[in-house]
Amino acid sequence: MVDLTTLEGADTPGRVRSLCAKALRPDPRDLTVPPVAAVCVYPDLVSEARSALGNSTVAVASVATAFPSGRASLKVKLLDVADAVEAGADEIDMVIDRGAFLSGRLGDVFEEIVAVKQACRDAHLKVILETGELVTYDNVRRASWLAMLGGADFIKTSTGKVSVNATPPVALVMLEAVRDFAESTGRLVGVKVAGGIRTTKDAMRYLVLVNETVGSSWLSPGLFRFGASSLLNDLLMQRLKQHRGAYVRPDEFSGD
Amino acid sequence: MGGEELSNSRLGSLSYDPAPESSAIARLRPSYGLFIDGQFTDPSSHDQFVSLNPANEEVLATVAQSNREDVDRAVASARRAYETGWSRTSGAERSKYLFRIARLIQERSRELAVVETLDNGKPIRESRDVDVPLSAAHFFYYAGWADKLDYAGFGPDPRPIGVAGQIIPWNFPLLMAAWKLAPALAAGNTCVLKPAETTSLSALLLAEILQQAELPPGVVNIITGDGSSGAALVDHPGVDKIAFTGSTEVGRLIQQRVAPSQKRLTLELGGKGANIVFEDAPLDEMVEGIIDGIFFNQGHVCCAGSRLLVQESVADEVLRRVVRRMEQLRVGDPMDKNTDVGAINSSAQLARIQELSAFGESEGATRYTSNCALPDKGYWFAPTVFANVSQSHRIAREEIFGPVLSVLTFRTPEEAVVKANNSNYGLACGVWSEKGSRTLWVAERLRAGVIWANTYNKFDPTSPFGGVRESGFGREGGRHGLEAYLDV
Repeated sequence: MVDLTTLEGADTPGRVRSLCAKALRPDPRDLTVPPVAAVCVYPDLVSEARSALGNSTVAVASVATAFPSGRASLKVKLLDVADAVEAGADEIDMVIDRGAFLSGRLGDVFEEIVAVKQACRDAHLKVILETGELVTYDNVRRASWLAMLGGADFIKTSTGKVSVNATPPVALVMLEAVRDFAESTGRLVGVKVAGGIRTTKDAMRYLVLVNETVGSSWLSPGLFRFGASSLLNDLLMQRLKQHRGAYVRPDEFSGD
Repeated sequence: MGGEELSNSRLGSLSYDPAPESSAIARLRPSYGLFIDGQFTDPSSHDQFVSLNPANEEVLATVAQSNREDVDRAVASARRAYETGWSRTSGAERSKYLFRIARLIQERSRELAVVETLDNGKPIRESRDVDVPLSAAHFFYYAGWADKLDYAGFGPDPRPIGVAGQIIPWNFPLLMAAWKLAPALAAGNTCVLKPAETTSLSALLLAEILQQAELPPGVVNIITGDGSSGAALVDHPGVDKIAFTGSTEVGRLIQQRVAPSQKRLTLELGGKGANIVFEDAPLDEMVEGIIDGIFFNQGHVCCAGSRLLVQESVADEVLRRVVRRMEQLRVGDPMDKNTDVGAINSSAQLARIQELSAFGESEGATRYTSNCALPDKGYWFAPTVFANVSQSHRIAREEIFGPVLSVLTFRTPEEAVVKANNSNYGLACGVWSEKGSRTLWVAERLRAGVIWANTYNKFDPTSPFGGVRESGFGREGGRHGLEAYLDV
């Protein structure tokens, strides 16, 4: 249920390949550790990730639509998406236009999501709400509904590029929206919590929220994801501790 | 709305490991005497009764049964302490003791929480996070008032009343002791406290704390026993004031017995709180409030929101969500930190809940009961919601004092107010709406001592609490709480 992400200006093809290797075999000494759900990169590195991951179960996700600010014209955003899809992305992470949303132009936000969904073709669409900028829970819930009605396959909390990322209360509001949406339309939408989740304990809290709010059917990579690269090593460390009864040094695990 | 649809909820479940608190932390003695004149003493009759753990019916300890003679000793001790010192100690001195008690409650909070949960059956999560911290908060709050009584609005140098006889219920044993003792002591009274028969232990632990705090002997006396001990206290001519929290039935008896005397009286009795939900209220938030309003402390709450009045346009949606949420409540071992709903306090109470719930069905209400598994031993009642309840049903009028919610609907704000007020009780109500003007309009017209807006069961020592009509009179908490213990 973990997505590995590298979204830096300084990303290199080498770094992406290294991340993909980690994604396929998170712990090279223990091949029973399953691969992660997806690797998330910028559009220009999608082809690099695609070739590194081959036909594995690990999906290639790409941020698009003028990530992370979302400040570009619709035309540019759609080209951005098409570019990533053509390069082989399985999942597109778009950001909503917070400027339009916060000024009350909900229709514009909706239409943009619909247009991006079309541009995604077969790729899954994750809609990033950037909840840290929406501020209120009312806004989070409204944006969640807007995204789901617009065709989102996933709704995602944050870009990881602003100071406030995923928090349990925000995740709860989104999960409640997903639950209500499933009940009224029958369509199950996934939730991705991103940013700031570093420890297994944090992750457990989110899993309990998922289980208690939407039920255990959401406890699968198809419907719930952690966007938290640093979480992976803590998971591996806790897993090893379960076997050995003692913690190992963090350096036992590769950086990415 | 279809029951089928409700039970075919899509929610799955994930099992969690139990997380039990250790009962060894309680360090209970095998038997307890009466706390009179600063010491634990044997009752004159040497009668004892057992205190059970309602979650498994095991004996926790034996407790002394006090009789008329013991009550006499306790009242005499309180009188002595009142005359010889406590009423004349400075406010600052009294506040010193109250601060000490408050800090000791905090220091021994884990022990108190465990004892409370073992003896009462309430979830450890609640005793740990609500009962014990609020008890300490009450002592802290009134410690602050002890040397400021001149400024409480009752004129200069208000005087205490004398010896207060205080009879408390079994639903919040320690917290009710704190509500009674803290303002009484701050005002300079001395006390004889009688805890409920089924839940004496936390009060006896509090007696140990009073010893630890070096409270002068006789300032607080704690006598355990059944209703006869309470009656002896009420009738005792040496008592200047009776404060009672409990059922309306007993409250009425007490009022009759006190009427011919000079004793002052405050009563905090039953309730049938209406939780009024308007269509614009945020659904999930409000569902949490409804659930908390009725299932908190197994519904053993005098101000429980046991009547849900929901606006017709959202009634189906709200009921569906409430039932779904109810199904998710974890019912079982009160010592498990994950438990939401614990054991019913006694077999007698369980019988009453079962009787009234049976009436609900025979009167034609639609019953939804949680499918949760209940333990084999102990007293248990699965959380229950009744829909399609009419104003004339017994479950809409009588206090059930258990985890049973009656759902009624209304169309206009006027109708909501009429229905909410159509009750003998008047303790607490809740109003749920996003529109402040409507909330205030409704709140102004409700006849109840406490009205919560977009929340429920919120308690704070600074806020007065109490009822009107058959829910009693007098206020506890806040500046108002002092009035009950001052000669004003």
